[in-house]
Amino acid sequence: MVERCKACGFCVEFCPTKVLALSSAFNSKGYHPPHVVNPEKCSGCDLCGMYCPDFAIYGYKLPNAAPQKGVPDEG
Amino acid sequence: MSDFTNPVEPFLRTDRMPHIWCPGCGIGTTVNCFARALIESKIDLESLALVSGIGCTGRVAGYVKLDSFHTTHGRAIPFATGLKLANPKLNVVVYSGDGDLSAIGGNHLIHAARRNIDLKVICVNNLIYAMTGGQTAPTTPSHAITSTSPYGSCEPAFNLPHLVEAAGAVYVARWTTFHVRQLARSIAEAFNKKGFSFIEVISPCPTLFQRRNKLGDGLDTMKYYKEKSKVKHGAPTSEVGMTMTGEIIVGKFVDRDRPDYQTMARAQLAESLGDRFVEQAEMVCS
Ligand SMILES: Cc1ncc(C[n+]2csc(CCOP(=O)(O)OP(=O)(O)O)c2C)c(N)n1
Ligand code: SF4
Ligand code: SF4
Ligand code: SF4
Ligand SMILES: [Mg+2]
Repeated sequence: MVERCKACGFCVEFCPTKVLALSSAFNSKGYHPPHVVNPEKCSGCDLCGMYCPDFAIYGYKLPNAAPQKGVPDEG
Repeated sequence: MSDFTNPVEPFLRTDRMPHIWCPGCGIGTTVNCFARALIESKIDLESLALVSGIGCTGRVAGYVKLDSFHTTHGRAIPFATGLKLANPKLNVVVYSGDGDLSAIGGNHLIHAARRNIDLKVICVNNLIYAMTGGQTAPTTPSHAITSTSPYGSCEPAFNLPHLVEAAGAVYVARWTTFHVRQLARSIAEAFNKKGFSFIEVISPCPTLFQRRNKLGDGLDTMKYYKEKSKVKHGAPTSEVGMTMTGEIIVGKFVDRDRPDYQTMARAQLAESLGDRFVEQAEMVCS
């Protein structure tokens, strides 16, 4: 849901393991959505999902797999 | 992505997204917490009604895929009271702004607390009337610059937890939008409580409050919440008043039991009518 992102930075700032960073790419509204810079560090805790005021990102745990997360363009 | 969805998604009217809230506004974050609380408390969504007044926060009623009502300004609580009295099996949530609930709706707030009407009130407090351009609200801290106090507000602000505790609320908590897990837990807890529950959420309005007061954007405000909040469960509510940039006391302040309005009404009728009082099996409109 990269199009919903308004680049507030909450997810980037409050991800406990600093998985995310705002990217240099633009969405169609001109905001820079986050992208994953440290995928191996994601625990799937979904704090990013709880913080995101625009319902644009969330995290999840893959069953029987290394932790992964939902990124804005996957939601 | 297929099998995974954002937990909030099933609770949203997705056709209305993107929402109108500004970048860095905290209202959407509170909605995430509310959705998590609904999941955690396993509440039957068919039994749930959500009532909002008018304001940026009032928009929640239009964005959630629940039985929701966007009522007139200040009248969310009386509307919700009517719903609850007519259909006591409903779980009724009031989701509105500080101005809606404590200014124009202030009398309804204190009397619903006094009567202990079984309502769950979520008050998003951004310290201002946001939707109408950032006027001073009863919750605006002294000295704050607003559109109606360009030289700083000279008024003392309401301390909402203190107000509703004094009026009779059985559950009173305050969190900020930084405290997402705690807020979700408090909302879930309020669902298990019978009586008037009040949860205040301090939330950024970067567009109208923070900008005028040179307090940065939404993220700066979230960092301030993180840095300056102190969790003090059971803190005396007389001591939790807010200032512009000072400490924010958060936590669960009040959790007590007393008969709710409908229990008291039944008891009064039974006492006055004696044998003539007939308990209705179902007091439900269909
Ligand atoms: C009877 C009436 N008076 C005034 C208004 C204008 N009005 C709309 S929203 C609002 C204040 C909203 O403040 P708050 O409840 O704090 O919500 P916020 O926008 O800050 O979330 C006012 C005064 C109105 N809609 N109806
Ligand atoms: S994904 Fe959400 S929390 Fe992250 S920057 Fe975008 S709007 Fe903000
Ligand atoms: S789910 Fe992953 S990206 Fe999201 S906050 Fe948790 S660790 Fe960070
Ligand atoms: S004006 Fe303030 S409260 Fe309203 S949507 Fe914008 S940031 Fe949120
Ligand atoms: Mg407000």
